Amino acid sequence: MRYAMAIDTKKCVGCSDCVVACQTENNVPIGYCRDWVTESVTGTYPLVEIEIRSERCNHCDNAPCVRCCPTGASHIVEGGVVMVTHNKCIGCGACIQSCPYDARYSHPEGYVDKCTFCHHRLVEGGRPACVEVCPTRCMYFGDLDQPQSEVSQILARRKWKVLAPEAGTRPQVYFLV
Amino acid sequence: MSTRRDFIKIAATGLGGLALGAGSVAWFRGTSRWAETAAKAAAGFQGRFPTYCEICFWSCAGWTYTDEEGRITRITGNAGDPHCNGRLCPRGTGGVGAYYDEDRLRTPLIRKEINGKQEFVPAGWDEALDLVAERLKEISRKHGPESIALFNHGSPGDHFGHLLKAMGSNNIAAPSFAQCRGPRDTGWYVTFGTGVGSPEPTDIRDTRCLVLIGSHIGENMHNGQVQEMADAIDRGATLITVDPRFSTAASKSRFWLPIKPSTDLALLMAWIHVLIYEELYNRDYVERYTYGFDLLKEHVRNMTPEWAYGITTLQPALIRETARQMADAAPSVIVHPGRHVTWYGDDTQRTRAIAILNALLGSWGSRGGFYFAESVQVPDYPHPEYPTPAWSWQDLQREKYPLAGLAVSNVLVEASLKETEESRRIRAWIVAGTNLPLTIPLKKTLQQAMQDVEFMVVVDTMPMEITGYADVVLPECTYLERYDTLRSSAHREPNIALRMPAAEPMYDSKPSWWMAKQLGERLGLGSYFNYKDYTDVLEWQLQQLGTSLEEMKKTGVKKFPRTSGPLYFQKGENYTFNTNTGKIELYATELAATGYDPMPVYTPHEEPPPGYYRLIYGRAPMHTFSRTANNPNLTDLMDQNDVWVNPRVARLWGLENGQYVHLKNPEGIVSSFPIRVRITERIRWDSVYMVHGFGHSWKKLSRAYGKGANDTELMSKVTIDPVMGGTGMRGNFVTFVTEEPVAKEVES
Repeated sequence: MRYAMAIDTKKCVGCSDCVVACQTENNVPIGYCRDWVTESVTGTYPLVEIEIRSERCNHCDNAPCVRCCPTGASHIVEGGVVMVTHNKCIGCGACIQSCPYDARYSHPEGYVDKCTFCHHRLVEGGRPACVEVCPTRCMYFGDLDQPQSEVSQILARRKWKVLAPEAGTRPQVYFLV
Repeated sequence: MSTRRDFIKIAATGLGGLALGAGSVAWFRGTSRWAETAAKAAAGFQGRFPTYCEICFWSCAGWTYTDEEGRITRITGNAGDPHCNGRLCPRGTGGVGAYYDEDRLRTPLIRKEINGKQEFVPAGWDEALDLVAERLKEISRKHGPESIALFNHGSPGDHFGHLLKAMGSNNIAAPSFAQCRGPRDTGWYVTFGTGVGSPEPTDIRDTRCLVLIGSHIGENMHNGQVQEMADAIDRGATLITVDPRFSTAASKSRFWLPIKPSTDLALLMAWIHVLIYEELYNRDYVERYTYGFDLLKEHVRNMTPEWAYGITTLQPALIRETARQMADAAPSVIVHPGRHVTWYGDDTQRTRAIAILNALLGSWGSRGGFYFAESVQVPDYPHPEYPTPAWSWQDLQREKYPLAGLAVSNVLVEASLKETEESRRIRAWIVAGTNLPLTIPLKKTLQQAMQDVEFMVVVDTMPMEITGYADVVLPECTYLERYDTLRSSAHREPNIALRMPAAEPMYDSKPSWWMAKQLGERLGLGSYFNYKDYTDVLEWQLQQLGTSLEEMKKTGVKKFPRTSGPLYFQKGENYTFNTNTGKIELYATELAATGYDPMPVYTPHEEPPPGYYRLIYGRAPMHTFSRTANNPNLTDLMDQNDVWVNPRVARLWGLENGQYVHLKNPEGIVSSFPIRVRITERIRWDSVYMVHGFGHSWKKLSRAYGKGANDTELMSKVTIDPVMGGTGMRGNFVTFVTEEPVAKEVES
């Protein structure tokens, strides 16, 4: 099993609903976030293009954060989901430094926190809160090992990219372009 | 200067001494109490209560969840609701922030003079309600009940509207007409014999071509429309966006027309010209359903794309190509009527042109165009007939704005001035759920009227600017803590939605239905409020509709079968429209009869003086005007607005990204607060852009105070729509003030 997410930049309007839904689902303190929205503008008026992306932990196959964690708090569970065990985390921040996506933050209670693909929902057969809430339905989630999953289907059909492929992390959040 | 009504800052003396309610602390998570609660919440939600959202007026139905301590934890969409299809927008999801906002109004407040200084003094409900009832009774006795007006937006207006009508006044206005949608509904009415309504019956789901004119769906987060637009993108529908700004919608469009601001009507007329003279219009539809085609054809003879090019700066080839795209898709095409359309004062005529385009394309009543929405009539809970008012808003505006179908808020404001004729003067205001100082752009008139009225009571959940002018402030509990009227929405399927409390009202706040009933009883109008609890009303109404409160608590939303016929015209169907001719009036006889142009005529609008830029304003998906500017969850996403500046302009002024500037209009008004510069290619060089609803001047709004600029205060020039009284607000210009202006005491 290999969980992955695909996000359609052609449909995303950057409303940030994914951010609020994640905050209320996962009790992320106000002022912090596990996912966020970026917008890049290219061109000159009136030949302009923008790409809007909802970003989060990429749950990399080759995760530098897991390799550098001194206590083993950062680890990978079934389906390739990168998790942090809060009570094993000493808050040293090595993982924050190692992540090329800036996907982790120091929780005010002293541990490092990040997106879990809403693992607590996955184990009950659900999908991440951000995917469930998105008004434009621009997010696809599922098991890449299952060719029929919506994420496999959409990646087979559409052109996509990943962020910072040069970092060699083999990220599992895909952006449809 | 001594005024009868000093602007009172709801200050520490009024509120600070009160202990925080038990529920208000833990929201700032990171406290151990929150962690504890959160752990319990994760173990399983304890309750699920139906609601419909009050954060904007799309009114999506959802579920409020509470944990085992009864604390509200989150809100999700109701899958059976056609407004949201189970997915709330960021504001709806962040609605919990409205509940936990520690700046909420906590107790009734009464204006009192203490040692020569006016202050708000916290009061009990009995004292506050007694005072309101006594003042309203006195004013009603002296000047008639008609001298009391209600300004409202959203649900509280339902309850106070009922109270006002029971008293014998019909002077009820919502800024959503004259400051927002009014011109569109008027333009539609004189063309199709019906308004557009909300939610707009745009069949985006099945459209092949969606045309947006200054409408930025995706930034205005009207949920169902955004969802359907995303579906349309998926299906490969053609999007055409007309906007001087590269909006989010523009970025998703096959065609973006970067129009010179204020020239939209010229483009629309040129499109009409192309459809007619290239014979691209829907001939069958036009012959069967419309009136005045030949007059229109003659009218637009010279309104060619080449003519429009000189006005709009849009290439004639692009105008022709986009007209052909619409015709190719017709009748599955939507030229969107827009929503906030009070721009240049000729807005009824501009939306008329949009209505005409849709008629020529045959999209009204066609799949992929506009469907025929249907709603359920919720019966009124039995009460005596309302007394007939001796005069009403119709009498105030009949001569001036004969075609305004609803009360024009600015007319009621003007009628509140001292110089108004005695017999038609408004003396008291009830303001429920609308922050007039950040809504009505006629600042001087509004300020004077707020001084001139003899009594003002404000009902709100938050200490908005308007509360500072009140004689009595009544704190309403949020939508998550109260029952309200049933939401009956016009949609593809008629449906109703229930709002019920998920928690007891925090602090000493109360639902509007309760306040209205209490006041009604004090005013001797108890027979209009013949129930113990609002659930009695709901239970009775739901039984009439063949359901029950119990069922609705489980489902939240109930759909009913259509009884008015299919969603679209059937092939060859004849239809009588509610117009003078019974047809869709391309030539509007109603406009001709009242002395207005029967067909739209483009007139140039004022252009910015040298060194000034047109002030364009709009929406952000995470905020609803000024209502949400203090919501802790939503300010976390966006806590201030930016002024968008084209890089060429920025170079000229030596501006840098992230720098703060003040804005100044040609009349010398300087923004109360600085605004952050965002240098971006997404805006034309002759305009600047900002999101509306920021720049609050009210310190009690601790997160919103001083954050960003308030566009409304920079609107010195308001162009009134002669047809329906709308306040055109896009004719204002600003320049940059880079040095810090002299500090001044800020009042809203």
